[in-house]
Formats: sequence, structure tokens, C-alpha cells
Amino acid sequence: MKYSSVNFASDPVDSEDGSLPGKGRFRVSEKEVCRDLREGRKGYDERVARGLARQPEMKEVFTTGGGIPLERLYTPMDIEGLDYCRDLGFPGSYPYTRGVQPTMYRGRFWTMRQYAGFATAAESNARYRYLLEQGQTGLSVAFDLPTQIGYDSDHPMARGEVGKVGVAIDSLADMETLFREIPLGKVSTSMTINAPAAVLLAMYIAVGEKQGVPASELSGTIQNDILKEYIARGTYIFPPKPSMRLITDIFGFCSDNVPKWNTISISGYHIREAGSTASQEVAFTLADGVAYVQAAVKAGLDPNVFGQRLSFFFNAHNDFLEEVAKFRAARRLWARLMKERMGVSEPKALMLRFHTQTAGSTLTAQQPENNIVRVAIQALASVMGGTQSLHTNSFDEALALPTEKSVGIALKTQQIIAYESGATSTVDPLAGSYVIESLTSEIERQALEYIDKIEEMGGMLVAIEKGYPQQEIQDAAYQYQKAVESDERVVVGVNRFQVDEDGGGRELLRVDPSVGENQEKALKAMKQGRDNVLVGNRLDEVRAAARDENLNLMPAMIDAVKVYATEGEICGVLREEFDEYRENIVL
Amino acid sequence: MSERRIRVIVAKPGLDGHDRGAKVVARALRDAGMEVIYTGLRQTAESIVETAIQEDADAIGISILSGAHEHYFSEIIKLLKEKSAEDIVVFGGGVIPEGDIPGLKEMGAGAIFGPGTSTSTCIEWLEEKVREKRSKES
Repeated sequence: MKYSSVNFASDPVDSEDGSLPGKGRFRVSEKEVCRDLREGRKGYDERVARGLARQPEMKEVFTTGGGIPLERLYTPMDIEGLDYCRDLGFPGSYPYTRGVQPTMYRGRFWTMRQYAGFATAAESNARYRYLLEQGQTGLSVAFDLPTQIGYDSDHPMARGEVGKVGVAIDSLADMETLFREIPLGKVSTSMTINAPAAVLLAMYIAVGEKQGVPASELSGTIQNDILKEYIARGTYIFPPKPSMRLITDIFGFCSDNVPKWNTISISGYHIREAGSTASQEVAFTLADGVAYVQAAVKAGLDPNVFGQRLSFFFNAHNDFLEEVAKFRAARRLWARLMKERMGVSEPKALMLRFHTQTAGSTLTAQQPENNIVRVAIQALASVMGGTQSLHTNSFDEALALPTEKSVGIALKTQQIIAYESGATSTVDPLAGSYVIESLTSEIERQALEYIDKIEEMGGMLVAIEKGYPQQEIQDAAYQYQKAVESDERVVVGVNRFQVDEDGGGRELLRVDPSVGENQEKALKAMKQGRDNVLVGNRLDEVRAAARDENLNLMPAMIDAVKVYATEGEICGVLREEFDEYRENIVL
Repeated sequence: MSERRIRVIVAKPGLDGHDRGAKVVARALRDAGMEVIYTGLRQTAESIVETAIQEDADAIGISILSGAHEHYFSEIIKLLKEKSAEDIVVFGGGVIPEGDIPGLKEMGAGAIFGPGTSTSTCIEWLEEKVREKRSKES
């Protein structure tokens, strides 16, 4: 750098001031010794100002990716208001800024959980078993879009989509194949399923039962976060009110029957992918969380109990410092909201436990191998932020679904951070960094401002109806695009440092186009082999439960899936009873 | 110049919910002076083509990130032909493997803009294409 504030003379001298023991003491000119922070800062600023006249900095204003201004230098003066015990505390203790477990990664690494699934249940089952053999410690199921939107593979809207972005599941028969030879009592399984989460959870419980694993022993997560579907992800089915009922039914059922299950994964990931800033990601995610807690309390559930099973899901972007601060801010803010606003006292219900996925939207189709490095930086940020589990994206995902080779590299990236980087050997290692603590407080402040604004509007459901979070996110996305196009933001290989490349010969995963046809045939055969009268009766029971808000829908759904009622049939009944959501287009 | 503004349908066919790209492009086209009709999610090929014809659109921009591009491009282009509206320019973007692009162009797609394309590239291309289209009509 151009202006070093301290000149180290090269000759070691003896001195009695005790500044450095033994050899290697250096002579520093008197005026440059910092004896008083404020004085020292003044001197530094003056020296910088003189230097800037000769050699300006690269930009007039430096900001985080989310637009928070970054000072040239942070000192203890920037965190003067910070109270260690009040604002940071100890790992495993309120307000959990430093992590939810006392020993963090010294006790156990995060769960390495790669989101996977494509084509048929049999092919996905093979990929899961490969990942488990490679040292992965949990499963994460990607469903295809028809499954996510409650259509069977033979529905007209499913054409062209079967098995494309995930695995096609029509009935319990597919689910049995998906988990063949995978012991559900030993692995934890995360399922990215939202609008029809209850149906897929019912199927998982039924598969467990067939394997001899009782529901009380099952562990895993369903995403089950409908609010962010309306805001950012788009795989909704039903309108908000019945959707919230389905969610609180799951909370209630699992509290009693599947106590180790994470009943929701309140997701900022997709909000961020849709273009939000880091602070907006925290704000809208926690505001969604508040809405779920309020709904469940209204349904008569105790937040000290169901609050323990709430989990979160965040994105990890390239802006390393801001991302580390974001995770810490989210943890502190959630604990404070739950304690101060929801009156929760049970420690486990105050802890924000979260999964992280690296940012798909930062992957470039240009020079795709560079994405390996982006993913590594993002993954490290999530680890420095104290994640409980992590999915690292594969470098080829801006081009297609990942190949086995690229998924392998992504998983190894996590293993290198865990076993080689040394960054996991002490808890919350970046705590106390002036800039990290300063950003943590600033993100918390910005997020709380949004949350209060949403409360004033009447809560998240009203805000979504008004298109408020959608508009904020879209504005941020458009700003980002403009910043890239004006070269204000550099994306290596896209607007700077481009090279000519020929991508024609790349090895990409291709989903066999016959998947849809085969899945349709299998579905038809399954329907011929089952007891269709029984299926009709069980579907009637689902309908009756849907009509009676005092009933929990889960038992009827479990009974229906066990006799091989399909996902599309069950969701079809619910579509008739609950109606469908119509998008509020915000542009 | 009394030339009519370019009118373009930005469409999300199928079940894919990724609408960031579609919305950013819609906004950029609008800022470039075009009339933009954004369809919202979960459109069928039929509804997209119908909207384009009713609105007398110059072009349809399709955004797909779910891998269903071959199905939807071929359906939309086929329907346009059936309704003698193949003069409507069809283009698209999303997560589309490079190897699939020649096939889509053969079907009749004018251009496929992959990730990282600047909106100005897309705008310039569209202006040029619509100019060509209109000169043929007059």
C-alpha cells in the first residue's frame, strides 16, 4: 500500500520499554507511536489526506454489496456503543451472536448437505448413495416442479418439466424407491418442499414406518415456507390463509409425533437470489418468521415448544465481510425478537439455527471454473458466520444441473474448509473485529427498521399483498444489473477480464428426455394396481379434514398416502377446497 | 418519427418460478422506450401466444430456467405458425445449455441470451429485429 502509517526501521535495537521481548524489536519514530486512540486516528487521517492528494483511492466511496458504506479503517471508536455481554455474549448463550453451540465446530462440523435430485427416484437414489459414500452427512432432496406445485407427472401443466429440476414424486411408490437402502433412522433428510410439504412429510413418515423407523426417530427438515414463495420463489399453490393453516397443522402434529423434525426452514435464500440486499434478506426472512410464530400462537401452540423446531436458510454471497456479519446479525436479532416481542423464554426456541447455500445467482456461465473460487469464498463466509449445515453450489450450475464430478468438487470444497483451513478450530473467530462488529450492528439495525415497517403495515401477509417486499427486492435487483452494466461492479469474466471461449464441448448433465414418458407409464401402472375404492375413501377424509379447521390435516394425509393416493390427487382435493393463489404482479 | 413503439411480451411459461431475469429484462426494455407486457408466472404456450396476438406484439421474450426450454419454444413457435403469426419475433434467455441453442434457433427462435448478457445487447438486437420485421411488412 502507498501510505504505511508506521515505518519499521530495519535495525533491531535494545530497549527497556518492554514492547517486544528478546530479538526483533524495532525503532519507531516517536510521533508515530499511538498513545491515544483519538489522537492517533487524527494523525492517521492527516497522513492519509496528504497521501490522497498524490495518489487517490480507486473509488470515492466504498460500500458493501448491499450498499452499506465502508470506512477506510475501523478502530475501537467504531464499536464504542457495543456492550460485550449485552450484544455478543458467549457461544450457546443469549443473544447467540457468537453461535448457537458452546463449542461450535470444535465439537462437530456443520452438516455437509448437497441439494440433489433429478429425473426418476431410482436415479436420484443412486446419486444420494454416491454422496453418502463420498462423506456427505445428510441428504437434501430436490423435487421437480410438478411435485413442488402439486401436479402428478401426467398433468398437462407438467409437460416438459418432469424430472428436470429435481426428482419426480407422484406417490409413496416413488418415495420408497427414492430412499431404498438408505436408513431413515440414521440420516437426516432435508426436503425442499413448500406448498405440498404436508403430503411429502406424510410420505416420508410412511416410508420410515415401512423401514421400521417410528416417526419419533425421524430427523430432517421440510422447507414449508410459503411466504417466501409469494415473495420470491413462485411455487405456491393455495392462498395465504389455508397455506398458513397447513403450516400450523404441521407444527402441531410434529410437536406431538415427530419431535426431532425441523418443521420449517424459513428461507432468505430465494429472497436474496431474487435480488435483495443482505440486510433485506435478514429483514424479510425474520419478518416471515415472526408471521409464522404469530399464526401458530393464534392457533393455540406454545412458541416455547414449536419455536425449538424452527430453522432458517440463508444465502452466502461473495461480499465476505458483509456476509459474515449478516449471519451474526440474524442470529442476534431473532433471539431478541423472540424474547422481547414474543415473550419466549426457552433457550432452544431463541436460537436461530440455519442452513446455508452458496449463491447461485453469482455463478457465471463465462469461465465457469472460476465459480469454484467464488463458492469457496462464500462457503467460508457461512462457516465464519456459524452455519449448522451447508450446500456448496457446483461450478457448472449457470449452465445446467451439476454433473457428478462438479458436485464432488463442491463437496470437497467444504471438506477443505473443515479439515485444512484451520478456521474452524476456534469459535466465532472474527468476533471483535471492528469492521465485523460494526457491520453486524448496522445490518441488525437496517433489518429491524424493515421489520418494524412491515409490522406497521399490518404484518407480512398484508405487506406481501401490497407487493412491498417484492418491490424492494426488484428495485435492488435492477440496481445491481445497472451497476454491472455500467462497470461500477466488476464480475470477473463477465464485464472484465473476459476471454474467448468455446463452450460447445463441455460435459453437462442431461436429463433423459424419456423421463416424463416413463414416469407417466409408471404412474398409470401404479394406479391400476392399487385399491381405488379405498383411495377414494381416504381422499374423502382429507376433504373432510380440510373443511373442518378444528381438525389437523396430517393424520388424514398420512392415511391417504399409505394407500398410494398420489400427490396430485391430494393436492387436487385441497385445490377444490382451498382455491388457488393468484400472483400479485409487481414490476 | 411516428413509428409505433416496440411492443413486447415478456413471458414465463411453465412452472418455473425464477422471475428475476424476466423482470429485470422487462424493466430494461421499458426503460429503453418499449411497451412491455409481463405475463407473470405459470403461463401456458397457448396463453402466451394468445396474449401476443391480442396485443399485436412485435416480439415474445421467453425466460426459462427449469430445463423445459425445448418443450416451450417448440410449442410457442408451432402455435404462432398455426395462427399465421410467425412474424412475431421470438427470443429468450435463462439457464439454457449452449448445445441446445442451435436446435432452438432451428425451430425459429431469433436469439438466446444466456446468463451475463447485458440488457443493452438484448435491446439493440430486438430493435434491429423489429426494424427488419416492420420493413418487410411495409
